[in-house]
Amino acid sequence: MPESETTRSCSTAVRAGCVILLAGVGAGLAPGAVQAEEKKFLIGIVELQLANPFFGRLEKSAVDTAKKHGLDVITAEANTAGDSATQIAAIENMVNRGVKGITLDPANATALVPIVKKARDAGIVVVTTNTSLAPMTAADAAYETDNLQAGVLIGQWAKATMGSKPAHVAMLDYDLADKTAKARHDGFLEGFGVTEGAPQIAGSALTMGNAETGQTATENLLSAHPDINVIYTINEPAAQGAFFAIKKARRDVLVTSIDGSCSGVRSVADGTIGATVMQFPIRMGQMAVEAVIKAVNDGLKPSGFHNTGTVLITDHPVADVDSRDSKWGLENCWGD
Amino acid sequence: MTTAPQPDSNEAAVAAAAPYASLQPPTLSLVTYPIVGPLLALIAIFVVFSLTTSTFMNAGNMSLIAQQSVVIGTLALGQTLIILVAGIDLADGAIMVLGTVVAGSIASHGDVALAMALGFVTCIVVTAINGLVIARFRLPPFIATLGMFTIVAAAARLYSQSRSFPVTSDLLTVLGSGPEFGTVTVTYGTMVWIALTLVLGYALNETAWGVRVYAIGNSPIAARLNGINVTRVVFSVYALAGVFYAFAAWQAVGRTPIADPSGYQIANLDSITAVVIGGTSLFGGRGGVAGTFIGTLIVVALKNGLTQAGIDSLYQQIATGALVMLAVGADQYLRRGHRA
Amino acid sequence: MTPVSAVDPSLAMQAIGLSKHYGHVVAMEGADFELARGEILAVVGDNGAGKSTLIKALAGALIPDFGQVYLDGESVRFSSPLDARLAGIETVYQELAVASQLDIAQNMFLGREMRKPGVLGSILRQLDKKRMRQQAAEQMHNLGIRVQSIRQAVATLSGGQRQAVAVARAAAWGRKVVILDEPTASLGVRETHQVLDLIRRVREHDISVVLISHSMPEVFAIADRIHIHRLGRRAAIVSPKTTVMSDVVAVMTGALPSDAVVSASLAAG
Repeated sequence: MPESETTRSCSTAVRAGCVILLAGVGAGLAPGAVQAEEKKFLIGIVELQLANPFFGRLEKSAVDTAKKHGLDVITAEANTAGDSATQIAAIENMVNRGVKGITLDPANATALVPIVKKARDAGIVVVTTNTSLAPMTAADAAYETDNLQAGVLIGQWAKATMGSKPAHVAMLDYDLADKTAKARHDGFLEGFGVTEGAPQIAGSALTMGNAETGQTATENLLSAHPDINVIYTINEPAAQGAFFAIKKARRDVLVTSIDGSCSGVRSVADGTIGATVMQFPIRMGQMAVEAVIKAVNDGLKPSGFHNTGTVLITDHPVADVDSRDSKWGLENCWGD
Repeated sequence: MTTAPQPDSNEAAVAAAAPYASLQPPTLSLVTYPIVGPLLALIAIFVVFSLTTSTFMNAGNMSLIAQQSVVIGTLALGQTLIILVAGIDLADGAIMVLGTVVAGSIASHGDVALAMALGFVTCIVVTAINGLVIARFRLPPFIATLGMFTIVAAAARLYSQSRSFPVTSDLLTVLGSGPEFGTVTVTYGTMVWIALTLVLGYALNETAWGVRVYAIGNSPIAARLNGINVTRVVFSVYALAGVFYAFAAWQAVGRTPIADPSGYQIANLDSITAVVIGGTSLFGGRGGVAGTFIGTLIVVALKNGLTQAGIDSLYQQIATGALVMLAVGADQYLRRGHRA
Repeated sequence: MTPVSAVDPSLAMQAIGLSKHYGHVVAMEGADFELARGEILAVVGDNGAGKSTLIKALAGALIPDFGQVYLDGESVRFSSPLDARLAGIETVYQELAVASQLDIAQNMFLGREMRKPGVLGSILRQLDKKRMRQQAAEQMHNLGIRVQSIRQAVATLSGGQRQAVAVARAAAWGRKVVILDEPTASLGVRETHQVLDLIRRVREHDISVVLISHSMPEVFAIADRIHIHRLGRRAAIVSPKTTVMSDVVAVMTGALPSDAVVSASLAAG
């Protein structure tokens, strides 16, 4: 996604000045997207692990959207998985500073509920991005990838591709206490048409969602179960690691994944990954912030679950499962 | 004027001052040969897994375990050195990753030799900075390396813009390949790991520098009072550890041909675990590379075997943690009453 | 008034007029010292008398503000403990400075390890462990110290044996003078006797011994002369044959003036 030229040209030091400038420019120039009487308010954007390109892109999109509408932005980040304490403190700070809305990517689904309630009680609109609170209604609305559906798509694709061949599935997971990881895992099983513990599942292993742990886990699984011919992976780096193991063991294994990063789509194009499901972090950030803006300006509070999109990307489409090819994927991917 | 000899009224004090005198031969052998414990543990692990998983003991899996050991194994050699002088390095994995990222990105622009050189230099220089801060300015190793870990991890991400990219250079990835004999591949990486272990073992056991390393770990005061330049030796330990981290980076790229800033996130814990399980004492002065070699195999074999047996990865962490506590506890027991 | 000392080349070690001030604190002022060849000189003094300052100056751990140290009549300047060691002065500190996890031979050669001859030693830097063990065993044997094996870790030795190893090490390297700082402070009666015997044997090997001690019985059992230190200088130097223990203690505490005892100084003239 091309970045706004005007924000790019401003150095960090004069960022404040640029925001104000943009507010004026944006209000005048953005075609139809901004109403004549948009309130300028303070919005808080709370994210996770910005070092991960997915979250980085998501946050950037949210911030860019907010800036485009002339808002003042406070951002905060928890840079380790599960660090809810940092996020709670950040939200308290934002409430004190008088934000009118917050987009939050919760580090923990239950730990963030009380502070979100406090914020909403104070009249602040709070929506979640990427993953929701437990219960989801603890926030005004949720904007995320339907990870279950994402898993289902590759599960269905894998089943259809295998056809009548007996399948021996390996599951390469991330910590299953993580909602996203669990949803993708369950989705794949559902789409593939098997249940937990089914005989078709040859083995499973945990990874850290990166290549070297994906590789080690796959090596070990292949060593124990040489007949594995389908592999589900939690994300594309793990899939790429799995591929190294598969290549070294000289096996023929169908590799599926989820994420839709440009690197992952390139792996689909070169055959490393059979199929992946794309997420849309840019759309996610944008939708969340725009919902907050609408709520603050028009009083129309958002609600419910909003799927920011799941698209199956594969160069070997199957009947009955909608997909796009890797060329399309490269035009719409995120990250690198 | 001499006093007539009196019955010794200080027997208890004398006995207390002889910490190991009360140990029986079997335990004494654990003191003199600290490798016995870890070796037994490794054999036990192998026996248990060969019984529970039919595929564990086959040649292909043994070859796999060797290949899976080289990165942590090489990293742990540097860590062993540092722990021997009663230090600790929480930054070893991050420094290794920085090395892979630097080398990988330079190689992608063409000059492979430069990439190798700069990768090595990066690892050595960063670790040497740690050494300077710890040896010369006396910062506690835990804190100094923890700070360095944070800095280096962030630096690797900044340098690579959080991207990982493939490494195609043959030279950089050579350690991942090697002669094949059926299902067994003896990678050059495995050969390098073993060679480095032997070289470091020689340096520690057969040279004056090695004796001084152990002396400093045992008692820096005694070392200094005997004319040893403790600052210089400790600095040299860190600088040398950096060389091993550089080799570990080379191993990592050979095993997984990518430069990835998000890889090996807990390599520091894995390397420390390998060293401690191998019988090297966290208090310094005791242990060595033979133990680390065994300790590495233990850590890797546990993961390999438990995955194959279909046992939850969390149990692997429990098993490893239990072994660490056992190892540290054994070291404490054997050190009971000992004053450095 | 003690007569001014002249430099006497027959003395193993001598110091004239040593002074050390830390700001306003006088650690040492006009301190004299003499050690005859082949003698055991005990240095006694109350806490805070300045004994350790004097010893540090002699061992090279401290550079005096004024004064001069002489070795065999030649004036010397030590700017570090290493200089003193190179000049043939070895010190056994109270903490013993042994590495307990290393064995006896390794401790004997700590900091002065021997390498194998030829390529093995110079290029591969390989230690000559056999030779070091042989020499260590010899040294221990010469001094009559009995241990199970030269390859025993020092940690497995009793307190007295450890002390013996430290003394043996000093005697092995100290060509001229060995300084012992409270060597029997933490030992039982039997082991104290053993160490004192050891010190006598060290003297038999023609090494001069400086023994700092708080134990009067021990001092009188072994010393040839006694240097009494008080208020940063030598109050007196006496012979145990001509001075009783109670008088020595009295000079130490100031109850008796220095000239109330017979001086055994060789240099004063």
